[in-house]
Amino acid sequence: MSSFRQCPDSGFYFNSDAERLMKVNAVAGVVALLVAGILALGVVLTRWQEVHLLPADMFYQVLTAHGINALIFWVIFFEMAILHFASTTLLRCRLATPGWAWAGFFLMLIGAIMNNVAVFQGNSSVMMTSYVPMQAAPHFYLGLILFAVGALVQVFVFFGTLVIAHQEKTYEGSVPLVTFGAITAAIIAVFTIASGAIILVPTFLWSIGYINHIDAEMYRVIWWALGHSSQQINVAAHVAIWYLIAGILFGARPMSEKVSRFAYLLYIAFLQLASAHHILVDPGISTEWKIFNTSYAMYLAVLASMIHGLTVPGSIEVAQRQKGLTKGLFEWLRKAPWGNPVFSGMFISLVTFGFLGGITGVVMGTEQINLIIHNTIYVPAHFHATVVTGTTLAFMALTYLLIPVLFRRQMILPWLAKLQPYIFGGGMVVLILFMLGAGTLGVSRRHWDMDFTGAMLGFEYPGMAYTMMAIGSIGGVLAIVGGGAFLLITVGSLLFGKKLESSAGFLECFTGKALASSVYNVDKPEKLARAPKLEEQHHAAGSSGFEAPGTFVLALLLLVTFVVYYFINWKYLSSVWPMGS
Amino acid sequence: MTSFLPPAERIWWNEPVGRQELIWIGIALTWCLIMFAMMPIWHVYGKQNLSTEAYQTTPAAYGAKVQEMIDKYTVREEAGIPVVRPPAGSDVYMLGRLWQWWPILELQKDRSYRFHLSSMDYQHGFSLQPVNINLQVVPGYEMVINMTPDKAGVYGVICNEYCGIGHHTMVGKIYVEDK
Repeated sequence: MSSFRQCPDSGFYFNSDAERLMKVNAVAGVVALLVAGILALGVVLTRWQEVHLLPADMFYQVLTAHGINALIFWVIFFEMAILHFASTTLLRCRLATPGWAWAGFFLMLIGAIMNNVAVFQGNSSVMMTSYVPMQAAPHFYLGLILFAVGALVQVFVFFGTLVIAHQEKTYEGSVPLVTFGAITAAIIAVFTIASGAIILVPTFLWSIGYINHIDAEMYRVIWWALGHSSQQINVAAHVAIWYLIAGILFGARPMSEKVSRFAYLLYIAFLQLASAHHILVDPGISTEWKIFNTSYAMYLAVLASMIHGLTVPGSIEVAQRQKGLTKGLFEWLRKAPWGNPVFSGMFISLVTFGFLGGITGVVMGTEQINLIIHNTIYVPAHFHATVVTGTTLAFMALTYLLIPVLFRRQMILPWLAKLQPYIFGGGMVVLILFMLGAGTLGVSRRHWDMDFTGAMLGFEYPGMAYTMMAIGSIGGVLAIVGGGAFLLITVGSLLFGKKLESSAGFLECFTGKALASSVYNVDKPEKLARAPKLEEQHHAAGSSGFEAPGTFVLALLLLVTFVVYYFINWKYLSSVWPMGS
Repeated sequence: MTSFLPPAERIWWNEPVGRQELIWIGIALTWCLIMFAMMPIWHVYGKQNLSTEAYQTTPAAYGAKVQEMIDKYTVREEAGIPVVRPPAGSDVYMLGRLWQWWPILELQKDRSYRFHLSSMDYQHGFSLQPVNINLQVVPGYEMVINMTPDKAGVYGVICNEYCGIGHHTMVGKIYVEDK
């Protein structure tokens, strides 16, 4: 029998079944992040040529495990927690088929462990992409397949919960914007996982000898519908987190439900085309296919992100101005709670995702410009701006919020938490900027030795490339320190943080027995008030529809940066050897 | 009053949109369309466009073509690798294999070549340095690109697709001569 508790601090309702699943998914994700973070140290200290820590075989093994744990296991586990939160808590609904959700979780857990075991056994150093015909051990692929199936099961539990909420009328009107964003993420997840199954199942059969050939180009095209689209789940999810945090901290409401939701619909329609970004310099792909797909059909998904880039900070600005912070263009921003890691994490995530991740992604995803960027270290620089400072930092900010609200623990080391987003974000920004620079100088990604020791023919990179890799690596070490601080605070708070009233312990998650009945004191969903809808909007008087001028200026700054950087890259392209058909 | 509560209007599509958002959407959409147009425009006016000419092949068949060119046009050897100087404007071949770019090519500045590229085993990354031209080399596919080296010099060919433990030793060479 599922019941609810209300968090006395935030007012959120938690369903007992869903809460346990949120906790275990979030904790599994954080464990994957821990593994990825430790491995990251091996990666940056090896690519820092003067240190060159690991031997070649171990470097490629560590890089493989780092990529998979960070890009797949960490984010997707955490997103499952977000889906359960956005459905059961925001809609005040019970969880559909908790048994299936648990089955999904355990499949994911077994899959993640199996894949890691395969990589650490040493015969599966094939990178996250596992391009055929290089072969990994069968349980490398099987682990990924089990993980994907488990994720799919949890996604369908999420959809089932939405149906129940609708039928039992647990909320008024339409679903909230944050839930709408979670639905977007879930739809993209289904597409992603289906693509993964289409390519990984045959690859698994090939690894055990039932299929004797997999076309290497076909593998690339389909695999990237998994590899890139899985990162688009992150985009939809972390944008939803931005809206959620803006709502919780500032009481911000969407500037326009219509605009924000329309932007999400554009994500659903177009984001998945991005697998083309990886195929731009491949043999035999037609120009029309590349241009249409790489631009998400006329950059309509980029348009969507540019819209969120205005409406998220815009909604904060409107809320702040209503509180009287109206001086000049930026008083609302200057007087934001910069010492609160929930806000600073979210805002650094927003800014770095737009200025670094978004712009570089569009530039290198341009059909011809990709020629001077493909497979250089520019590529990991880009996706560290999207997945690390973008998604991971947003999820970290949310975690700071969840420690008291979901886990009912007081956060330990609050002074460290205050600094953590700046250390992590700042270190990452250094790593990103200098790796972008090194990539422009031609430094390769996934490469053990930029000195080419042992090669019959040599090549020498300019000295600046070494300097940039060194500075970038120092930034990376700083980011790892910031990541370590996050893990210390989070795990420490769960274990040693002061218990807040009406808390349910983490270990009880698994048994469900010891959950104090006094905690879940709202027994029946019927007794629960329906999630109330927003009141009609009152536009601030005299604003003539220009309610967030400061944000508008910031958005124009983004645009100018974007335009200048975009054309600089065309200029650079025009200087390389002429090529044609 | 927040983003995590249901919208005021059930049919949220009917909500009014502020002027600021409309202006921004207009600006952003315009920029998106400009970026979209840049790619076809570059195909017409730009000089760096990747050809789509490619053929399915096998390592044996492709290897034979490379060997034929080597037999005809080798001018010397360097570190045990043939240095080949095919006539200007002709078809030139390079293959990637564990862990070598084969052979070394000697090309003439400002002359166009039909440059063929394929892999004999795993996927490789053709990364011409320091010009920084990067191509994916996929086994089973022969890519043909018209290239016109426009600066003389010695160029390195780095492998930038991970291909195993000796990946970092996979370095090739192309000479471009000012004649």
